[in-house]
Amino acid sequence: MRPIIDLQSINRVYRTGAVDIHAVRDVSLTIHPGEFVAVMGASGSGKSTMMNTLGCLDQPTSGLFLLDGIDVSKLSPEQRAEIRNQKIGFVFQGFNLLARTTARENIELPMLYAHPPLSRREQEERVQHVLELTGLTQRADHVPSQLSGGQQQRVAIARALVMKPALLLADEPTGNLDTRTSIEIMGAFQDLNEKGITIAMVTHELDIAQYCKRNIIMRDGRIISDRPVENRSWAATEMKKLESEQLAADLAS
Amino acid sequence: MRFFAILRIALNALRRNKMRTVLTMLGIIIGVSAVIAMVSIGTGARAQLEAQIESMGQNIVSVFPNFRRGGVSSGASGGEGFTVGDCDAIASEVPGVVAISPEVRAGGQAIYGNKNWSASVYGVNSDYLQIKSWNVVSGSNFSEQEVRTAAKVVLLGKTVVTELFDGNDPVGEIIRIRNVPFVVMGTLEPKGASLMGSDQDDAIIMPYTSAMKRLAGNRAAIRSMIIQSESPAVMSLVEQEVTTLLRQRHKIQDGADDDFMVRTQDQINEFATGTSKTMTALLGAVAGVSLVVGGIGIMNIMLVSVTERTREIGIRMAVGAKARDVLVQFLTEAVVLSLLGGGLGIALGMGTSAIIASQMNWPTLTPGNAIAGAFAFSAAIGIFFGFYPARKAAQLDPIEALRYE
Repeated sequence: MRPIIDLQSINRVYRTGAVDIHAVRDVSLTIHPGEFVAVMGASGSGKSTMMNTLGCLDQPTSGLFLLDGIDVSKLSPEQRAEIRNQKIGFVFQGFNLLARTTARENIELPMLYAHPPLSRREQEERVQHVLELTGLTQRADHVPSQLSGGQQQRVAIARALVMKPALLLADEPTGNLDTRTSIEIMGAFQDLNEKGITIAMVTHELDIAQYCKRNIIMRDGRIISDRPVENRSWAATEMKKLESEQLAADLAS
Repeated sequence: MRFFAILRIALNALRRNKMRTVLTMLGIIIGVSAVIAMVSIGTGARAQLEAQIESMGQNIVSVFPNFRRGGVSSGASGGEGFTVGDCDAIASEVPGVVAISPEVRAGGQAIYGNKNWSASVYGVNSDYLQIKSWNVVSGSNFSEQEVRTAAKVVLLGKTVVTELFDGNDPVGEIIRIRNVPFVVMGTLEPKGASLMGSDQDDAIIMPYTSAMKRLAGNRAAIRSMIIQSESPAVMSLVEQEVTTLLRQRHKIQDGADDDFMVRTQDQINEFATGTSKTMTALLGAVAGVSLVVGGIGIMNIMLVSVTERTREIGIRMAVGAKARDVLVQFLTEAVVLSLLGGGLGIALGMGTSAIIASQMNWPTLTPGNAIAGAFAFSAAIGIFFGFYPARKAAQLDPIEALRYE
């Protein structure tokens, strides 16, 4: 099976003034369809650079990067924009939804830049589909300030899915959320993954990474650990645990 | 990206900051409305001027006595006017002359019943009305025969008809001028004010022979002559020929000044329109400056907007917007802003000129090309002043933009 992500000896060096910063050193990595990968590491470990590289926002200084079979390591900014549009769905830490813009319009955003353009009907069908996938059908015409954090993040996930990307890329998707909402969002990711969507996320929380299938740990720009997850957490189970804990706490008080 | 999608994004963005949008547009609104109001007033004035020039007749060459000539008048008719002989000589000897009429001026109270009115009396020949392209509304023009016999007949201008007859048809009635009875043969269509501002309709027109013999006695000379030439092209030729001929006939020595003046219609037009052109140019410059100031306002706000929306730009780029898409988006916003301002400015300018027209009784006219020009200029300002902020937005690095707080 052809890998979605195929990194071969990727290096990323930032030249800022006198000192070169080697953010990613000689990283090779393959991610296959259907995987659910968490990239972990402390700040400065190179995981953000990895994320930007995987998302085609940034280009490696050297090395080969095949995304869904396409060599994206030497593309122009315009071509990378097109790849991001077609192949990658982004979910950001701070939701990054357009304020004062309805959920529906936020979800439509990537389709504005689709080339060739999608028909009006096709757009409506896709919006409807991702709204159902993320359980937001009732909230389509609300603006972000009328939605809870979890709902906002689900709008972001819907937006990421609307172009039917090869890879869903999430940057600290639970970073701003409370425990309950974090579990809810991880549940949403697990559901999507069960439906065959490939997901890569960056997180620094170990318990969040436990929801994934595979954990990669980075330090100083290198991968120091890459292993499948044992004792994987499941959102449904965790939610029950949380509720019984809360019940116990309520009873105790 | 589709045109309507771009337009909708731009309109939404502008709607989110209504107050700011309106204030930004104000510069353009004021500039454009000033231009439109000024152009409307200028064009109205010029249209009135053109109508007045037209009322003089077509391809007209006028001959006046030169009162400014120094020294004592020389020759029989020098400085005092012209003779019937001058008139006939021009008609027969100058090529390109279609018709010529002498003009004799006389004054006097015109009396009808218990009403009297002091009007200008013009003594002319039967070609006069045709030269001035002046139509008879009721009755008829007098004939050559009536000119030869110095018949006691008159044609009345609209004002005279109103004053003496309360606007009733006076044809066939008899009016008295200096106690001489004249039969009203016809009335003339209204012509309005002349270039000098006098009422051209306040006129009694009669054969020049009648004016000379019946009213003025033998003192009366031909004050001026009005010539219609074949075409605009020959007017200056006619002017030269008439000058040569009259110098000969008035026996003026070489080097001495003419005792008459010849003016073609072109010269009068140039004089009249010259001033209004200067005014238009001046007002155009002032309006241009205010539009540039408005444009700088747009640039300023667009720069603020780009900074404010850095994150939005980052999101758009992350989901696939190319630099060009971002450029087009912000450029569209600037153009929509300036076009909206331009449209409101045009409306305001037309409103202002309508108010001026009704309150100050100035004729105003908004030409279509001024409206089209104002629109085009607003769009150009939007593109010109919107380009720099839009390019700044397009050149943002998506990673930096996403991280921007």
